Amino acid sequence: MIPLNARGTAHLLDEQILGKIVSEEEPHWRSRIRLVRRWNELGDVSGYRAIVCGESPGKAVLEAMALPVLHGVPVDHLGDGDVVVLDPSGHVRTLYRRASPHNSLFATDRCNSLCLMCSQPPRKVNDDWRVQEMLDTIALIDPSSRELGLTGGEPTILKAGFLSVVDACKTQLPETSLHVLSNGRLFRYDSFARALGDLHHHDLMIGVPVYADTDDRHDHVVQARGAFEDTILGLHNLARHQVPVEIRVVVHRHTYKRLPQLADFIYRNLTFASHVALMGLEIMGFARANLETLWMDPTEYREQLEEATLFLATRGMNVSIYNHQLCTIPETLWPYARKSISDWKNEYADVCADCAARTACGGFFASVVQSKRMPRLAPIRFPDVGLPTA
Amino acid sequence: MKATFFRTPEAFKPQRTGYEFLPFRFMRWPNGQVFLSNDVGEWLFLTSEAFIRFTEGSLPVDEEVYADLKAKHFLTDSASRLPLELLATKYRTKKSFLDGFTSLHMFVVTLRCDHTCPYCQVSRVTTDRARYDMTLETAAMAVSFMFRSPAPMLKVEFQGGESLLNFDVIRWIVEEVSRRNEAEQRAIQFVIATNLSSITDEMLDFCRVHDVHLSTSLDGPAFLHDTNRPRPGRDSHARLCANLARAREALGHDRVSALMTTTAESLRWPNEIVDEYVTRGFDAIFLRSISPYGFAIRTRNAFRYESDAFLDFYKRGLARVLEWNRRGTPMVEVFSQILLRKILTPFPTGYVDLQSPAGAGISALVYNYDGDIYASDEGRMLAEMSDKSFRLGHLHSDAYEDVMGGPRLRTIVDQSCQEVMPGCSECAFMPFCGADPVYHWATQGDLMGHRPSSAFCRKNMGIIGHLLEQIADGDEATRRVLTSWAVQ
Repeated sequence: MIPLNARGTAHLLDEQILGKIVSEEEPHWRSRIRLVRRWNELGDVSGYRAIVCGESPGKAVLEAMALPVLHGVPVDHLGDGDVVVLDPSGHVRTLYRRASPHNSLFATDRCNSLCLMCSQPPRKVNDDWRVQEMLDTIALIDPSSRELGLTGGEPTILKAGFLSVVDACKTQLPETSLHVLSNGRLFRYDSFARALGDLHHHDLMIGVPVYADTDDRHDHVVQARGAFEDTILGLHNLARHQVPVEIRVVVHRHTYKRLPQLADFIYRNLTFASHVALMGLEIMGFARANLETLWMDPTEYREQLEEATLFLATRGMNVSIYNHQLCTIPETLWPYARKSISDWKNEYADVCADCAARTACGGFFASVVQSKRMPRLAPIRFPDVGLPTA
Repeated sequence: MKATFFRTPEAFKPQRTGYEFLPFRFMRWPNGQVFLSNDVGEWLFLTSEAFIRFTEGSLPVDEEVYADLKAKHFLTDSASRLPLELLATKYRTKKSFLDGFTSLHMFVVTLRCDHTCPYCQVSRVTTDRARYDMTLETAAMAVSFMFRSPAPMLKVEFQGGESLLNFDVIRWIVEEVSRRNEAEQRAIQFVIATNLSSITDEMLDFCRVHDVHLSTSLDGPAFLHDTNRPRPGRDSHARLCANLARAREALGHDRVSALMTTTAESLRWPNEIVDEYVTRGFDAIFLRSISPYGFAIRTRNAFRYESDAFLDFYKRGLARVLEWNRRGTPMVEVFSQILLRKILTPFPTGYVDLQSPAGAGISALVYNYDGDIYASDEGRMLAEMSDKSFRLGHLHSDAYEDVMGGPRLRTIVDQSCQEVMPGCSECAFMPFCGADPVYHWATQGDLMGHRPSSAFCRKNMGIIGHLLEQIADGDEATRRVLTSWAVQ
């Protein structure tokens, strides 16, 4: 697990500084945040916006420094091109890691749903400032990044702010795909869906959860009456305005039973979906609070998972299984299993040490390993994996 | 963290008791179950007991069958506009074959033929080119007429007689269509229907260069094919096999397809016919019933057979095709494939002979050798029996607007909407079937026709019911094969 936050001591830091990390002295990067491990690595510091230093220099040295400095902070996770925020409290918050394929902008803490298993429980706060932070971040992200996420909370709650972020991604990151996690509800307003479509982002995908083939069961999972209607109408509006959509289904005790029927519903009513992701539970946030009613061992729903996956795959729909360890799903589903867990959340269990399929397996959410709910694992031996038996 | 503010599933149940029906049709099944379908082709089987409770309005909300009916849009229990929105979208999708308007254009370039098939409706063995060949002048008018269609996809199909006997006109049309398409920018597909008996290397070379597909006739093994399709020397099958190899060599294996016609004699040989298609390397067979037009009607005593006999033949043939699949030889029965696409997918089919409204005229047009325009191939065959009911006009004297907007075509379309046809409007198989006004006109003297005595209806009902049983109760391997056809 890789930390995204670190804390040290701030010097001359009166307000937040958002900037891009540079670890070597280069003239054209002089408006950046200079990163060093030891103070004596610093050369000419003129022109930098701030300095981040692993060790804490002496008091006298600091007082002679006219630039903002954040020192005594773990820096091993920081690298060239990363975008960070330095806070007067001493926190270094990473917004973008250039070396990682899993970067997401965090749009807002607010949400108009309250999903039983939300990994990032919403908060009712005014965090409209995040729009500017996202725009500032986008301006500093390496344009050769392949993918960027946009998540929350519910990003579309920012309305015009959401559109401006997508537009900034389009103009400033023309080679980067943008993947938005949204409940899709606000797209029931056709004008909003059209406004997004009219941006003509070059590679946009809206990932939208659908948890059931009927409104009552879906609305229960997201704890909002009318949400199913909003979401399905929203998906249709997005499709009408040629915005690609992905359907995301989290499988747990409230959703597993009608998974095959949900697959049928998706095929018949959301035929236009570019991708369907069937996902295991991440034990974070509300999922932890509701674990007793949500959790079931993946091996207990393998039948439904297999039927739904193969139903969609047979019909030419692009389907993936996320967050499942290979040994918990039938071998027929292995071609659809993806290593989907972000690198900073991903771990393996002790028994995985001698598993033959470990490198092909997505492993676990760190949160699952830490919880007491470990799936029934069966490390795979080589003879299991397609080697002929005598 | 303990979250106690979450509400239970019960809190999200419908706010009112009871439900309303959305439009559906039903049919009782011999095993006591009830088959339900709706306009968009969603369907399910209910037990008789569940069906009664459903229709009485007493089905409890927490039963799985309630959720099944709700998810497939047979009932609604709220004021939400979602079910109607989804039904509307699905209906539009199923009817989207209407969007492009006429896309299949058949050019009958000659009536002359070297075969004397007794089931053939139109051919002539003659050397009278002046009388039975399409002229360049007529061909030019047909091409212009075709380009008046707004369809983004145009399929140009050459028919006969033996179409290759007037190859010069075929060549001219292909070149002219290609030339005009540089400006028109449609997706064009060329197909020549031919018995291959007179195909030359020069013709094959032309087909290769212009990406022209060939569709030939194969009725079964030699003994059957040569009985069905006599020609001087009784060598139709032998010539076909030899020329098939040449054509595949020149154009590529999958550029040559074959159609079979079922005769009274064929009914005895379903396995042999299917096996012949496998032997000849075809991966698809279309088990077509004999058409009642032209010569076929005139010699009805020799060719008439009950639709039940055909059904039996069809089921045996289909079983044989499935058997080949089980043994590892992939093969499709095309009529089942068309029906299964309607049954198992949200998509329409491009098959013009099983639509509502019927494809006659609005999906397909025939330009006859003499300049007459017909609404369908069967319509021009009927005309050969001096019934010109489906003649829409003439290339030399009638404008596009008058032909396509005229009273005759309007009547055909009016009278071929299953949704309002007696016997169809309440049939649970309606979303999978289609109307055939030409057939019913020819056999019953009425465009809509009388369903209880219609062989067309009896045949389609039998096949659709058979396929539904295979999907619902068939073994896993069969279901997998049938599903794979539908989604190809």
